[in-house]
Amino acid sequence: MNEEALEAVGDYRYGFHDPENATIRFDKGLSEQVVRDISELKNEPQWMTDIRVKAYRHFEERAMPDWGNCNLLESINFENVTYFLRSSNKTEKDWDDVPDDIKNTFDRLGIPDAEQKWLGGVTAQYESEAVYHSIREDLEEQGVIFLDMDTGLKTHPELVKKFFGTVVPHSDNKFSALNTAVWSGGSFIYVPKGIEVEMPVQAYFRINAKNMGQFERTLIIADEGSTIHYVEGCTAPSYSTDSLHSAVVELIAMEGAKIRYSTVQNWSNNVYNLVTKRAVAHKNATVEWVDGNIGSKLTMKYPSVLLKGEGAHAEVISVAYAGEGQHQDAGAKVHHLAPNTTSNILSKSISKNGGRSSYRGMLQVMPKATGCRSKVVCDALILDDSSRSDTYPTMEIGNATADLEHEASVSKVSSDQLFYLMSRGLAEEEAMGLIVNGFFEPFTRELPMEYAVELNKLLELEMEGSIG
Amino acid sequence: MLRVENLHVSVEGTSIIKGLDLKIHRGEIHVIMGRNGAGKSTLANVVMGHPAYEITSGSIFFQGRPLEELAVFERARAGMFLSFQYPAVIPGVQVGTFLKKSVASVRDEPPKGRVFRKELNAAMAQLEMDKSFLSRYVNDGFSGGEKKRLEILQMLLLKPTLALLDETDSGLDIDALRIVAKGINQIAPEAGCLIITHYQRLLDHVKPHFVHAMIDGVIVKTGGPELALELEDRGYDWLDAAA
Ligand SMILES: Nc1ncnc2c1ncn2[C@@H]1O[C@H](COP(=O)(O)OP(=O)(O)O)[C@@H](O)[C@H]1O
Ligand SMILES: [Mg+2]
Repeated sequence: MNEEALEAVGDYRYGFHDPENATIRFDKGLSEQVVRDISELKNEPQWMTDIRVKAYRHFEERAMPDWGNCNLLESINFENVTYFLRSSNKTEKDWDDVPDDIKNTFDRLGIPDAEQKWLGGVTAQYESEAVYHSIREDLEEQGVIFLDMDTGLKTHPELVKKFFGTVVPHSDNKFSALNTAVWSGGSFIYVPKGIEVEMPVQAYFRINAKNMGQFERTLIIADEGSTIHYVEGCTAPSYSTDSLHSAVVELIAMEGAKIRYSTVQNWSNNVYNLVTKRAVAHKNATVEWVDGNIGSKLTMKYPSVLLKGEGAHAEVISVAYAGEGQHQDAGAKVHHLAPNTTSNILSKSISKNGGRSSYRGMLQVMPKATGCRSKVVCDALILDDSSRSDTYPTMEIGNATADLEHEASVSKVSSDQLFYLMSRGLAEEEAMGLIVNGFFEPFTRELPMEYAVELNKLLELEMEGSIG
Repeated sequence: MLRVENLHVSVEGTSIIKGLDLKIHRGEIHVIMGRNGAGKSTLANVVMGHPAYEITSGSIFFQGRPLEELAVFERARAGMFLSFQYPAVIPGVQVGTFLKKSVASVRDEPPKGRVFRKELNAAMAQLEMDKSFLSRYVNDGFSGGEKKRLEILQMLLLKPTLALLDETDSGLDIDALRIVAKGINQIAPEAGCLIITHYQRLLDHVKPHFVHAMIDGVIVKTGGPELALELEDRGYDWLDAAA
């Protein structure tokens, strides 16, 4: 990123935007016709059009969620959103063929640099659709499918039809209805039985245009005994008006399979980030959500796992950073539906400069689910008196054999910690940056190296220039 | 190098140091002894610039500059170092990361990765510290002795011109004490040292030039190494009248 761009956007590292060269741009606002047009434009099968229309009707009727920051939610103007924008006519396999302006953006973000270094595959999505996609040949030969969702629907309609909407039905909430109606892009992954994909596969989502809505839809199916690690990064430029990101992610881990889904979300501070992420874990399967929320104006995200098969395990590690004007309402939901299922939830949040972070959790143990174990740990760090942190844990325990632990802590950075680090030559903001990085470390260490380094840098930037 | 003049310090409105004078020159080792609560740590903290301590009158100079001009991190960069009686725990921050950042900010030119690692390995070997220290979190779950060793490791890497050592010998076994003393002796010829201690035993290994007895926020008696022996032997009651 060059100096000029940096200056223009202030603190936000990825706030640059390139000229918007759309090949197709829909008028703002949403109607049944817009939904049908999107489907037609994509040449979708009739059943998908029908699902979209049904979802749209549900969206129209459905009330806003009544939890989270309702005032902020009500300020979303759905009429002022562009629901579809095509910036390139096809998805390229060779990076050289991606249009220059889009390529510039991703080059600045370090894609496909990252691909060469360590990834099994990459999808880069710009506005509504994927512009670049690649997967390592050896994975392809083993039958691993890694496509953008639109291509997935075209080439594997039977798989998509079988699983689409089975984990997150359109009627789940207003935003899952919206996503189902207007979804575009996202990733589609299928890992065949017994295949262990060692290298993480990655998707990168970027909103460039103003008032843009991004509604990607991701579906990952890990067949019996397989493993996959999927990593997603998100950024958007800073505009004075708001954008809306409302994704749906569905994961299905078959017997003995393992899925890890890592996100570092760094939307600029005018993006509403309202995402429904849910997984089903069958017998002895493991699902891990590693979820980092740094940017956005309002995030509402509660990665969930339905532990459906005996012996299944869920792991949710999340961090949230809420700075000025931001509200991170994040957490986790785990439903123990089968016996001997286990879960660990670790949530860490930092609030600063009037920012607000909330942990909202749901832990449910069904009456038939005997011998379950769960541990929930929520730690909040508040950096100044104007900031805020709340915890809203809900537990529905239908079974006395459950072994449950819950710990919550709220702390401040102590003057002794700051003094100690400063006495070793660190300026105050550097000291604060180090303490904050340390606080997030249990999360950061779970990330691939490049993401960890990037996250630490971002947090250090956040600590700069704002200490009195 | 360090000059403290008629220093008065209070904490949360309570007066702790009540007119203290002290001069430390390059190459000198000074020892301060005194009862718990006499104000020894307060002196070390206030010299380093802890915000909780208020200088109500008097002044402190380091290399001729009044210290109030310097923020805490600037004092460190100017060559001052405090080995804490109770070092802070920094969860999630690895010792290696912390040391690298610290050394990079204190030195004019941050050392190259390979050079730094070599230096670090040598210092750790000297202090008989295992490499596994580097991936542990700063002082998190450390024993008393481990904390003190980490303080001395930092001192060796930062090469201060003024070292304030606050009860660095407390909680050390004989072997650790010998190792720590070696570290102090290594920097002492080029630096000024102020050692706060309760015990003579460190002074079997580190030879002080001056020993000061502190009572209720003032230095009531100054002598040579023999004063330390006398204080350990007789306690402080005989000096109360002087306070
Ligand atoms: N941060 C502080 N807040 C309140 N009181 C303090 C603080 N630091 C020291 N004191 C008080 O000042 C007095 C001297 O303490 P200290 O300098 O630690 O003594 P020493 O190191 O000689 O044992 C004690 O009464 C102690 O309780
Ligand atoms: Mg003390």
